[in-house]
Amino acid sequence: MSWLHIFILLPLLVAVIIPILYKKIARIHTGWFVLVVPLAIFVYLLTFLPMIAGGETAMYTFPWIPSFNIDMSFYVDGLGLVFGLIISGIGTLVVLYSIYYLDKGREALHNFYVYLMIFMTAMLGVVFSDNLIVLYLFWELTSISSFLLIAYWYARRQSRYGAQKAMLITIFGGFSMLAAIIMLGIMGDTFSIRELISQSDQLVQHPLFIPAMVLLLIGAFTKSAQFPFHIWLPDAMEAPTPISAYLHSATMVKAGIYVVARFTPLFGGTMEWFWIVTGVGLLTLFWGSLLAVKQRDLKALLAFSTVSQLGLIMSLLGMGSAALYYGGGELAHLHSMAVLAAVFHLVNHATFKGSLFMVVGIVDHETGTRDIRKLGGLMSIMPISFTLALIGSLSMAGLPPFNGFLSKELFFTGTLNAASLDIFRMETYGFLIPIVAWVASVFTFIYSIILVFKTFFGNYQPERLEKEAHEAPWGMLLPPAILALFVVVIFFVPNVLGEYILEPMMASVLPALVGQFDFHIEAWHGFEPELFMTIALVVLGIVLYLTLRRWIGLYNRMPRALSITNAYNSGLKGMESISRKITDAHMTGFSRDYLRYIFLIFIMIVGASLFMLDGISFDAGTVAHINMFEVILSLVLVGATAMVVFTRSRLAAVICVGVLGYIVALFFVVLRAPDLALTQLAIETVTVALFLVCFYHLPRLRQKEEGDGFNVINMLIASAVGILVTLVALAANGHRLFPSISDYYLDAYELAGAANMVNAILADFRALDTLLEIFVLCIAGLGVFALIKVKMARREKNENQ
Amino acid sequence: MKTNDVILQTITSISAFIILAFGAYLFFAGHHDPGGGFIGGLVLASALVLLYLAFDMETVQQGIRIDYKILTGIGVGLSTLTGVGAMLLGFPFLTHTFEYVDFPFFGEIELATSVLFEVGVSLAVVGATMTIILSISEDA
Repeated sequence: MSWLHIFILLPLLVAVIIPILYKKIARIHTGWFVLVVPLAIFVYLLTFLPMIAGGETAMYTFPWIPSFNIDMSFYVDGLGLVFGLIISGIGTLVVLYSIYYLDKGREALHNFYVYLMIFMTAMLGVVFSDNLIVLYLFWELTSISSFLLIAYWYARRQSRYGAQKAMLITIFGGFSMLAAIIMLGIMGDTFSIRELISQSDQLVQHPLFIPAMVLLLIGAFTKSAQFPFHIWLPDAMEAPTPISAYLHSATMVKAGIYVVARFTPLFGGTMEWFWIVTGVGLLTLFWGSLLAVKQRDLKALLAFSTVSQLGLIMSLLGMGSAALYYGGGELAHLHSMAVLAAVFHLVNHATFKGSLFMVVGIVDHETGTRDIRKLGGLMSIMPISFTLALIGSLSMAGLPPFNGFLSKELFFTGTLNAASLDIFRMETYGFLIPIVAWVASVFTFIYSIILVFKTFFGNYQPERLEKEAHEAPWGMLLPPAILALFVVVIFFVPNVLGEYILEPMMASVLPALVGQFDFHIEAWHGFEPELFMTIALVVLGIVLYLTLRRWIGLYNRMPRALSITNAYNSGLKGMESISRKITDAHMTGFSRDYLRYIFLIFIMIVGASLFMLDGISFDAGTVAHINMFEVILSLVLVGATAMVVFTRSRLAAVICVGVLGYIVALFFVVLRAPDLALTQLAIETVTVALFLVCFYHLPRLRQKEEGDGFNVINMLIASAVGILVTLVALAANGHRLFPSISDYYLDAYELAGAANMVNAILADFRALDTLLEIFVLCIAGLGVFALIKVKMARREKNENQ
Repeated sequence: MKTNDVILQTITSISAFIILAFGAYLFFAGHHDPGGGFIGGLVLASALVLLYLAFDMETVQQGIRIDYKILTGIGVGLSTLTGVGAMLLGFPFLTHTFEYVDFPFFGEIELATSVLFEVGVSLAVVGATMTIILSISEDA
């Protein structure tokens, strides 16, 4: 256990005491206690910064299940650290913001902060894990905590729908990623990402290489809401705004980007990786920006904007992976600039989008609506929010003097460089990349302008708002203001960020090129094509915004029935009806049917394997001598069993079952197993008592409910089971493949100090079995208690009515 | 319905103690002879059931004020804790140990940590059995 382990697990540990704090110290908003956690993690992670900037990495391992290559190993490098800083830094601001956003009296704060803390540990675990299985564990935990947070206002139908959608899609991707992880484990015989990367040269040849890549990418794409999996993100906006700002824009949705960046050294440099990542990224960028323009809800607009920007980062990572194809030299350096743009935009996006979400939350909180048709004219009423929104939006639109401008220019550079590639068949299709990117940027510009202008300019219509608008308290303004400050500061000193943060991040994505990064980010880079692209997009964007009314109707021409959400909904409905049909068909509610299934499956599996493995054998030589006494006991046993089946009186049946039990106990006595005999006798006694107790309540015994003919199928099943069990018993006696383990237990006295071997097994050698056995007993007892109490409570209720 | 159970009650009040003592004996005998936590617990439970059968529920509950649900919990918890105890000392979960100690008057006696585990098992068995039987009979 290192300090890193402790800090990563700290939120989870704090989550345990949050409900106690919430109850015991109800006067103080629980958020104030929680605030300390991300802040502490942030400060702790900052201490790694000098080391990372110096080009070093660190590894902390804690053995967990070493026999399966699974260790809690956390790896600190540029990529992980920056993600960690974003998670804890924005986490701190979001918690501060939530203290003012969520009302202490009305909201279930303990739930909120518990989920948030689980999420924080999960996310930190994802970005620091070196072990793939551990990474997967945390990865799914982010899906689960996100589900809980989206469904936070679970009384609302839309929240539940959104939460279910997000979980189904991301967990589907998670399973796909698990398959990829297992394949990688088979390929490289290790789950360590670093070791896999070091073997990347051999792994490319492996037949599982492409399947693992595709499956891994599906996982990454679902999490990062890439086309066509993006449909869950807009519905996730049903979560409280602090959550939208945190999970669905700054951190969790970037986990997919993280995975793509993390695995670029392994998969990058191949044509498949280049085209899938770049293509899906560009498509998402384009589609997201296109749909964002038509949104009427501010949060939905930001959601589609996030989808689009995630696509942008993804496409840049794809383009940058071409650098690995060259492995070094001029061309590698040229294309590595796309990775620089990706990591730079990642940081920038976290700042401006986080701030924008918080501002939208403020607008929602202070006016009661997020619909841009109702909003307007808030500039003079909420001047600080307006300023923050303006900074965020212009940065998102890619205008100076904000950090979004720098990364957008780098993005254009990256697309132009990619278009000049002559590998991966880029000479044919390469020219498309800058065009798609440019068109998407025009739409990005338009929706950024819509966000600010429709909300803060125009006429103030207080009659359409639910509340009288006024400026938010300082605590709500401070977090977005801090992020907006970063937006501006990064623009003026990008190279400080470049040196301390971006370069180590690039080193993680392109380890083959370490030492060759030589870049200087400049706001003014001369009259280059990128600049003209920006000027052209601003001009076209303004024209399109001014004529918005004329062409926005075009969106209605898109057929609703063909939308992906529609496909998702009908798919879900179809699956539900199919599963209901299947369930209805076999879950009849009669235990005789269930017994039939059990026995049939038993016959199929055991019988088939006994037959196929040629296990049917009977060696008369090893059978002990059967004496008269045992024959008599067996006859009584058979007679009693027959009585149970054929008797029409319940009392007789119970007595016969008792006879069976006592005869078996006698067998134990004869075969010199006094322990078992004692237990059997005691159990029989208790069972009879139990029967006596419930005898009165049982319904009248009936042989069979429908028709009293002879059921051939039942007879066949019964005889088959009987024969099979006999055969298995004989075969078990006849086959001795391994030396019996019972010899080991003969030493019980030396090993466990107990002369009673049976008890030594129960309490020492197989104590875990016994322990779980009493757990079962405990659960059974409580189950019976609960069932009967519920029944009694219901009866009392009925009587009172 | 009141029935005259004088004979049953008289015999029960004597034999219950004999059965309880037998249960306790079985429990301790378990280490070297037939017996043990599970069977000991069952015999104890059967003695209690006999008491409940002979006398009515209220009478017995006045004498034995035990919430069997909690008893089950204590048993399971005790067994788990004996396992955890080994972990605290750096051994795998549920490692047991034993030692021969020379006591004055009693002579040399073996002390084993598995006894604690078995106590947990017994309590859980008694608790669960009685919870089930009492719940069902209360349903009347």
